[in-house]
Amino acid sequence: MFPTPIQKTPRRWQITYQSFLPLALIMWLLPLIAVGIFSVKPEGDFSAGQYWSLPSTFGGFENYGKVFFQSDMPRYLLNSLLITVPTAIGAVALACMAGFALGIYKFKLNLWIFFLFVAGNFVPFQILMVPVRDLTVDMGLYNTKTGLVLFHIAFQTGFCTLFMRNFIKGLPYALIEAARVEGIAEWRIFVYIVLPLMKPAIAALSVLIFTFIWNDYFWAIVLTQGVESQPVTAGITSFNAQFRAAYHLMSAGAIVAALPPVAMFFLMQKHFIAGLTLGAVK
Amino acid sequence: MSTASLARSEYAPENRSWYKRNEISVTPWLFMAPAILFFLVYVIIPIFQSFEISLFSWDGLGPREYIGTENYVELWDDPAFYTSLKNNVIWLILYLLAIPAGLFIALFLNQTVFGIRLYKSLFFFPFVISQVVVGLVFTWFYDPTFGLFNTIIGWVGLGPINVLGDPTYVTYGIIAAGLWPQTAYCMILYLTGLNAVDPEQIEAARLDGAKGWKMLWYVVVPQLKPATFIAFVVTIIGALRSFDLISVMTNGGPFGESRVLSFYMFEVALSEYGFRMGYGAAIAVVLFIIMLFFISYFLYSMYKDERGR
Repeated sequence: MFPTPIQKTPRRWQITYQSFLPLALIMWLLPLIAVGIFSVKPEGDFSAGQYWSLPSTFGGFENYGKVFFQSDMPRYLLNSLLITVPTAIGAVALACMAGFALGIYKFKLNLWIFFLFVAGNFVPFQILMVPVRDLTVDMGLYNTKTGLVLFHIAFQTGFCTLFMRNFIKGLPYALIEAARVEGIAEWRIFVYIVLPLMKPAIAALSVLIFTFIWNDYFWAIVLTQGVESQPVTAGITSFNAQFRAAYHLMSAGAIVAALPPVAMFFLMQKHFIAGLTLGAVK
Repeated sequence: MSTASLARSEYAPENRSWYKRNEISVTPWLFMAPAILFFLVYVIIPIFQSFEISLFSWDGLGPREYIGTENYVELWDDPAFYTSLKNNVIWLILYLLAIPAGLFIALFLNQTVFGIRLYKSLFFFPFVISQVVVGLVFTWFYDPTFGLFNTIIGWVGLGPINVLGDPTYVTYGIIAAGLWPQTAYCMILYLTGLNAVDPEQIEAARLDGAKGWKMLWYVVVPQLKPATFIAFVVTIIGALRSFDLISVMTNGGPFGESRVLSFYMFEVALSEYGFRMGYGAAIAVVLFIIMLFFISYFLYSMYKDERGR
């Protein structure tokens, strides 16, 4: 193991390390901790100029209450959910199929098509912006959740296919051959043999796509406009305009907006990290 | 595969349907069709359309007017374009700091002490938060009147510095905010990589007297190559895609000094400064060509890898 396990070092080192660990964490998360504290401070603290004192009273209920009951925040959260979940399902479904095709079959254009997906995945958003916006307007889907979902599915398919194809490549090919010898139809091989083996990849990808799409901001402001379809990342700007200079409320709003992917990460940590670090180990 | 099709043709009757006869060659295309269709319509074709639009003068609604390379000629003399380009280079270089920083934190956390899993998750935390929220958090962090940053540098007798209001500091301030989640990402890549480092090699090197930096550089880092490659890819892409932070923290200001190409393109094409789709597309094309260098390198590395399998 590298570096040397701390248990094998002198006692002095061990204590230094153990005490430095929480300190380093606090320093690392300092900006976030500050926002957390802001969000539970009562309004009075700010008007009195007490920015960095401990909260004089606990204002958390009031602040978060206002976020949930006196703003459009719940609406934005719902929009985010209605954009994120269909995208995750759509992109993962398309990628399962495409990944199966690219991972199992050998044909001339295989690698070319695979690299097309990979390359598209790296493209800057701006080169797509004008035509995609135009296309969405032409389809009558501008400022709708559907318009946003369709684009996200298409774009995320690139990354998802890369992921799925590499995962399927790692499955034992003998399984497929055995099934073919048995005379099983190809689509049945997909449904009954490959798909059940893909469950961990599907879980990892779903969590990742959920987070990516929840956190998308660029396409949200390019393809949507108002409270009826904007997700929370875009909505928080109008939220902040509504509560200008009310830092306790803006902080609470920011935390609410950030929370769903954070919860997703902590609940599905194993899948999340497995997905993110695919390829980091040979 | 060949054995499978042989076996089939021996036992199956002669008059099978066309699909049955060509099943193995047709199936992959059927499975890929929806993904390819979506990807063509929303990703591949728009790239070419952008190239085309960059040759027109167009407000996004009315008729287009073909103006040849005029957009590019205008770009050549546009000081805002050069500011953005310069900032893009600064972003690219400084963003790469996320890689050594991530490695450093990963080495720091690569221990087995009580609660280390929670520490790792919490260190990774900034990456999960949306860049919009990271931007807001850092805007408040830098605030000249009450921000934590100025409070802290005030203790050592410096400041106050209005980081986001000062043309010399603004880009660095935003990059620092961006490095926060990016370092977390590189850290998790390296933690996974470190997990797979061959303990026998480490022990062997230790017996040979290697330790510290030498061990890290000559024994550990070479084994982390796949992790480094991915960290490099995501960091370059992240640097060139920087948009959210700039939009949230400064909106390109002050005096357009924090713009990068991706932001400037948006500003030209879709904001109160006007709807100049053609000019915006021209900026996007330049950004795309810069990215293309990196994309080609990434694909080339992956291709070598595929061949090697």
